[in-house]
Amino acid sequence: MTTAISVTNLSKQYRIGAAETKFRYNMLRDVLVDTFYAPVRLAKALVGKSERRANQNFVWALEDVSFDLEEGNVLGIVGRNGAGKSTLLKILSRITEPTRGTVTVRGRVGSLLEVGTGFHPELTGRENIYMNGAILGMKRVEIDRKFDEIVDFSEVTQYIDTPVKRYSSGMYLRLAFAVAAHLEPEILVVDEVLAVGDAEFQKKCLGKMGDVAQQGRTVLFVSHNMSAILRLTTEAIVLNKGKLIMRGPTQEAVDFYLSSGQAQAGERAWDADEPSAAASAPFWPISLKVKDGRGKVVDTIRSTEPVTLEFEYRLDAPVTGLRVGVYLSTMRGEYILTSFDTDDPLLFEKHATRNTGRYLSRATLPADIFNEGRYSVGVNASSFGVRRYFMDENALAFNVDISGAPGTQWPEPRVGPIRPRLEWKIEKIGE
Amino acid sequence: MTQLTKITSHEPTTIYIKPSKGLAALNLRDLWVYRELVFFMVWRDIKVRYKQTLLGMAWAVIQPVMTMLVFTFLFDKVAKLPTDGIPYPVFSFTALLPWGLFVTALNQGSRSLVAHNNMVTKIYFPRLILPMASVFAGIVDFAIAFVILLGLLIYYKVTPAWHLLWTLPFFLLLAVVTALGVALWLSAINVQYRDVNQALPFLTQFWLFATPVAYSSSVISEKWLLLYSLNPMAGVVNGFRWALLGSGNGPDLALWISVAISVLILVTGLFYFRSMEKTFADTI
Repeated sequence: MTTAISVTNLSKQYRIGAAETKFRYNMLRDVLVDTFYAPVRLAKALVGKSERRANQNFVWALEDVSFDLEEGNVLGIVGRNGAGKSTLLKILSRITEPTRGTVTVRGRVGSLLEVGTGFHPELTGRENIYMNGAILGMKRVEIDRKFDEIVDFSEVTQYIDTPVKRYSSGMYLRLAFAVAAHLEPEILVVDEVLAVGDAEFQKKCLGKMGDVAQQGRTVLFVSHNMSAILRLTTEAIVLNKGKLIMRGPTQEAVDFYLSSGQAQAGERAWDADEPSAAASAPFWPISLKVKDGRGKVVDTIRSTEPVTLEFEYRLDAPVTGLRVGVYLSTMRGEYILTSFDTDDPLLFEKHATRNTGRYLSRATLPADIFNEGRYSVGVNASSFGVRRYFMDENALAFNVDISGAPGTQWPEPRVGPIRPRLEWKIEKIGE
Repeated sequence: MTQLTKITSHEPTTIYIKPSKGLAALNLRDLWVYRELVFFMVWRDIKVRYKQTLLGMAWAVIQPVMTMLVFTFLFDKVAKLPTDGIPYPVFSFTALLPWGLFVTALNQGSRSLVAHNNMVTKIYFPRLILPMASVFAGIVDFAIAFVILLGLLIYYKVTPAWHLLWTLPFFLLLAVVTALGVALWLSAINVQYRDVNQALPFLTQFWLFATPVAYSSSVISEKWLLLYSLNPMAGVVNGFRWALLGSGNGPDLALWISVAISVLILVTGLFYFRSMEKTFADTI
């Protein structure tokens, strides 16, 4: 057996503090100050003393990670958000450089997260296959050879000479995926978090991944879905705050991860020093929980039961006009709803100013809302028109199980993210 | 046949990933491996540029021709600038050809990284390809507009300087090298500071005045000539007029200064680009 990937003392440092500047332009005063300050900033940037650099904090997204992977193995990577999983994949696929350490990779690295990169809406399906293939590192002769296969796989044969802007989103994704799937890299990298598409499409991704593994290729698989990790990988590593804390057979690694309390099953906690917590004083997020009808924290909810979302946070100083809310969206990034705790004018009046202290904003979503699938919860805390204190669009995700939901007597997937119980009446109105 | 199998069966190559230190190696080998991507990007740019426009490729002609008409009115009819005895439309169009190429290449090239940020953050490929492809794509517009120049020469019965014509590709190359060099600098800076987007229109306008497009470089007084030749585009435009029309005095010290400056910009641009490249995905 030869070594496919050899990672030695890999470290990657990121700077944070960019979050501060992001919210800078919320007030006209800031804009004016900023405008007058611009020449000073330019001068500082040119002499290399960037003002940003001065008050920047650095974090290690990866710290001294080392592991070897034999050819033909499938390695699962687990860890909570911000643990360094995506950074590791980005370094392996050479998108970004490590700060320290080395990686030796034997063969071409392909990934299923690059689906559709470089597609141009004005080009036809045929042209985009060549374009996208070249971007993914395929030679023209290679694309020529696989062209028919790609078109067959994508099921868009009759539209192959139509600009892809005329395609439905499904056709577009199928074509894009077909190209990526035929890259045949020696090493395949799959990041489920970034993989777009509906449940059906994700299944296809996972299926393809299984095929690839059977052909003796090396696969790295990142997922929050423990059952997928267990099903597809034999070995896994656990990352925590950029460090590799465990490597072992998948079952052991998953048990370790779930029992060590860092699992994200239905719960998300923010550490004060966590880089992704783009919060600004006086608002500090503490945790977000998804609870089922019986008040238990769960990763999978039943669509026929009400769900409770609980967001806990701390205020260091009194805040006026604060509203704390949630977004719900599908894994494809389509929003389903936005709601704030002070949407009700009466509640808004009652909580016009929130004093220093710990708070819990709790929302109950009635039963029979969601269709089958995985949904993302985002959180936001702001004072309207004044300032945004905190925002995390993908704070947490949960699964919805639809047993007992309307229409489940027919075992077919239903399109659309919601599956409400509608009042149907059937009347006979004529002969 | 052996050639073919050699290309198609990809023997796993070993890649070493490590932090690049000091002056980043240019790693031109990687660029060679990805040469087909340059071709595809250029082809895509050309294909897409005039999509869903009524006039299509005609825009490649309309832009320089309209500028030439405006220049002819302003500088020939109103200001009556000297043109070394060449009909003004021919005189200015000869300069507008390389200038148009330069401006398009500079603008597209400088914006190329930011415009393709989804590619930069999602996949690996030598990032040099993006500004390169944008710069090369301008050459097609140049070729189309060149046909118009031939028409103008016939119409105004100007005899081209046949014996000098072979030097034209050299001046074209000089324009491309200059555009690429500046685009490398600006595209890399643009990743972090979007000020480049704001500065570009101003920069190109300023540069146009500093280049003998609308006027002849013979109006520049002797003492400013050396400073003037620090602008490589002045060398390009004078070179075009010399190679096509035989006007001016041909390759002189000023031209060699232009060449040196242009090569300097390209080489420093390459190294700057490479040293910034490692953080593109993080800062874009």
